[in-house]
Amino acid sequence: MTFIGKDLKVVGTRPIRPDGVDKVTGRANFGADMTMPGMIWGKIKRSPHAHARIKRIYTEKALSLPGVKAVVTAADFPDIAAEEAFAGEAIMDFRDLSRNCMARGKVLYDGHAVAAVAATSPAIAEAALDLIEIEYEVLPFVIDVEAAMAEDAPLLHDTLFTQGVEPKPSRPSNIAKRINFTKGDVEAGFREADHIIERRYTGKPVHQGYIEPHACVAAVAADGQCMIWSSSQGHFMVRQYCAHLLGIDISNIRAMPAEIGGGFGGKTLVYLEPVALALARKSGRPVKIVMTREEVFRASGPAAGSVVEVKLGAKKDGRLTAGEVVLKYQAGAFPGSPVGPGCMCAFAMYDLPNASVTGYDVVCNRPKVAAYRAPGAPNASWGVESCLDELAIELGIDPLSLREKNAARDGTKAVHGPTWQNIGYAETLAAVRAHPHWTAPLGPGQGRGIASGFWFNIGGESSAAVHIAEDGTAAVATGNPDIGGSRASIAMMVAEVLGIPVERVRAIVADTASIGYTFLTGGSRVTFATGMAATEAAERVVEELKKRAAMMWEISPEAVEWRDGMAYPAGPNAGAFEPLSLGEIAFRSARTGGPISAELSINAQGAGPGFGTHICDVEVDRETGAVKILRYTAIQDVGRAIHPAYVEGQLQGGVTQGIGWALNEEYIYDGEGRLDNPGFLDYRIPVASDLPMIDTVLVEVPNPRHPFGARGVGEVPIVPPTAAVANAIYRAAGVRLRDLPMSPPHVLAALDKSDG
Amino acid sequence: MPGLSFIAPTTIDEAVRALASAPGLAKCLAGGTDLLVQLRSGRSRPELIVDTKRIPDLIGIRDAGDHFVIGAATPGASISACAPLCRAWPGITEAVDLIGSQQIQGRASLGGNLCNASPAADSVPAVIAARATCVVAGPEGTREVPVEAIVTGPGQTSLKKGEFLVEFHVPKPAPHQSDAYLRFIPRTEMDIAVVGCAVNVTLGERGVCRDARVVLGAVAPTPILVPEAAEALVGHWLDEETLARLDAAARRASKPITDKRGTIEYRIKVAGVLARRTAAIAFKRAGEC
Repeated sequence: MTFIGKDLKVVGTRPIRPDGVDKVTGRANFGADMTMPGMIWGKIKRSPHAHARIKRIYTEKALSLPGVKAVVTAADFPDIAAEEAFAGEAIMDFRDLSRNCMARGKVLYDGHAVAAVAATSPAIAEAALDLIEIEYEVLPFVIDVEAAMAEDAPLLHDTLFTQGVEPKPSRPSNIAKRINFTKGDVEAGFREADHIIERRYTGKPVHQGYIEPHACVAAVAADGQCMIWSSSQGHFMVRQYCAHLLGIDISNIRAMPAEIGGGFGGKTLVYLEPVALALARKSGRPVKIVMTREEVFRASGPAAGSVVEVKLGAKKDGRLTAGEVVLKYQAGAFPGSPVGPGCMCAFAMYDLPNASVTGYDVVCNRPKVAAYRAPGAPNASWGVESCLDELAIELGIDPLSLREKNAARDGTKAVHGPTWQNIGYAETLAAVRAHPHWTAPLGPGQGRGIASGFWFNIGGESSAAVHIAEDGTAAVATGNPDIGGSRASIAMMVAEVLGIPVERVRAIVADTASIGYTFLTGGSRVTFATGMAATEAAERVVEELKKRAAMMWEISPEAVEWRDGMAYPAGPNAGAFEPLSLGEIAFRSARTGGPISAELSINAQGAGPGFGTHICDVEVDRETGAVKILRYTAIQDVGRAIHPAYVEGQLQGGVTQGIGWALNEEYIYDGEGRLDNPGFLDYRIPVASDLPMIDTVLVEVPNPRHPFGARGVGEVPIVPPTAAVANAIYRAAGVRLRDLPMSPPHVLAALDKSDG
Repeated sequence: MPGLSFIAPTTIDEAVRALASAPGLAKCLAGGTDLLVQLRSGRSRPELIVDTKRIPDLIGIRDAGDHFVIGAATPGASISACAPLCRAWPGITEAVDLIGSQQIQGRASLGGNLCNASPAADSVPAVIAARATCVVAGPEGTREVPVEAIVTGPGQTSLKKGEFLVEFHVPKPAPHQSDAYLRFIPRTEMDIAVVGCAVNVTLGERGVCRDARVVLGAVAPTPILVPEAAEALVGHWLDEETLARLDAAARRASKPITDKRGTIEYRIKVAGVLARRTAAIAFKRAGEC
């Protein structure tokens, strides 16, 4: 059943967040809040080298320290074979994941885990780390992507041969994979062009910057039953990965979801949980591990740094004839950068007749990248959206018109394959043109830029259960950790279907033993896919309620109608009965067949792609290079905003992270390949006073595959900001920045260069 | 594991005795906003911590006639809330207010900011520019020294074993004397100065500068007093030519390093820019008081 176009009472309103009180009063239990009787503390010994062979690990001294209960190294984990894990938006191989959690043979980056201890206090555990001695043979290292691609670069993996090139290479390399796809005749497309532009854009890896560091508690009972409490984007993922990495049956692990203090993709894999389990298994005690902020920076996943080369050809009127991009993405220590999605996103917004896209997945001595909000897309769009702006300037066309002229619309065949249906990109451009921001006057030294962004969004496996309580209130359980307000949106959809106020629906996140399998919270999938499961479960409950009312009235269920939380006879022929409320039916359910509930497991298809366009005004201080964001408007097709305030919050959050990426965020390595800024002081995410209020416009082109028309909304908004800011800087200061971050020293250097 | 002792004496003598008799490294905690971070990261491993916040002499701001007395452990929040001090030395109180956040301001102190001996300490340049002194207590009694004599290098001070800072004496401004402090950071707050600059000026007849002190932060191993920059101002109005000379003098005096917070070239250039901008504020204020 579809609710699109219907008059809705709950969906589209802005009720108070159901988990809000716990979070603002400090009652919510995050990963580090769990504690157990007999629990001990784990700490991880990390590599001080960017690249080294582990010759020997001496653990005896640490083990003899009073209070130390266990020490583990790679020897305590099975040496598992290569096997690809389905990780949603990131590519992950179980063998690599195992070696990322605990180095085997070699350490591949500063901060790589080499051993772990568990002791009766954090101080003893810390002291025991110093007693673990490791003999290393230090090896040459490589940090940057193009240096890692060089013929003579130090090799991270002797067994890595570039995939996707013919013939198969005879020598190993740091290039894990080459991707290429084309559409049309690229050479002919460039021949047809009146104007060709070719540019190169670079970006540094950036961290997801979640405020809550990784944390978990693991316990192993005498019969081998394991419990894991952790903060992650998917406790089913934690269960599956731990089972695989430690050789435990999935049924012997129960994973419990903690509240999550931010993830942004960075908690779609495990770092600590398998180590805590190994320590718990060895010590016989529950083990808690909490990362420090420094560990989060040194050892958990950033987004890929990249080099993006863009070539565009256009007619004088701005119509694109051909495009070519080469994307070189850092994967970190193991293969699996998001260069694949980057390749697909590069030209996804445009109706481009001829195009070639090439991507390289490159390993280097940095932490393995993890998913980060639309993984791969911001890198590609940083290049393409900047280059389009440069093209617009060279052609003398305004950048909005250029995008309008080339925008993908329904029926456009995208470069990466699909033919678009029900997309709202052009609608976002129309909303820009209609927005007062687009024509607002600017002062001296100020400039305005625009850029667009795209993300696929995904569906996938989701389960939801709706239970009706004896008083007619309802509970909805799902298996997705609530990162972005999903408890609210799911409760709202269920309330809408049941016809009751949202305050009468309680949404909970159920553990792995209490609900059917549910894929992790990622890919902007939860409101779409899990929302679809919850909606359908609620519809089944309504069918059941109608049946129960029919029994009470002794009429046929088809003769019962459900409206506003009440059963009514469908018409005069059905009989004259007083309507029955949900509460009345629930109260008497024992006499009509027992408890009323429905659980549904689905594999949701038809996630609607998301498009957004942003307008950014900046002011540049020509003497210091400081860039101030004056005004920012994010416009996005959201399908249907279930809870508009949270959708706006997603847009604002994505923009904030994108502006951080644009202006100041970067990993700084010293000459030894060690991270020099592993903390929020020198890794500069924006603070509140750095930003204006970020305005949002929610364009609603319904996604017909979702009962309410929803699309994923959380990832698109991080895609446009880097280019929107650079395009604004050009118009404010006359300098084109092609390397991220556009921090004050870099902007000042560019200004000095342009001043001669 | 070596133990860590913590004491919170209530008299200066008690604190001196504890610091002087400590066998290993002893540290004063005058707020702890730097010290606790260093302890946590393992950068500092003291055996004794002496909390000076419980010593009444070290907390509070007093009017002592021709000068203000600021207790070395007085929280920054009290300093920025002290109206007479804000009127007298807006540069000092604004500099203190730039340190950290509201929460940090409840703990951070002038004494701690000075003795942490960071070249980038925000409160230090303006205090030096005001010709403030500080009173140091130690096993041999107390001594009063100019603030600029305390910091000798990054993390290094001239304090001897058993010595700690009791209070600051900040002279009151003369007529038409005022100050300003600006720092450059890549963000708008919660950051450490890439360059800091304090300017303290006294104006005479028709707005001509009679006296000046210019202090730069984060461009040398310690905050530096730049007499050449002051000379560029004295005897002049603040016109384009004066500003250009000030800019050049500030650049010449800057001997920064390249690190994760900025390059040599960038810091030198911004030192000149900040000197001009800070002087403009200080002159305006001095002209209005």
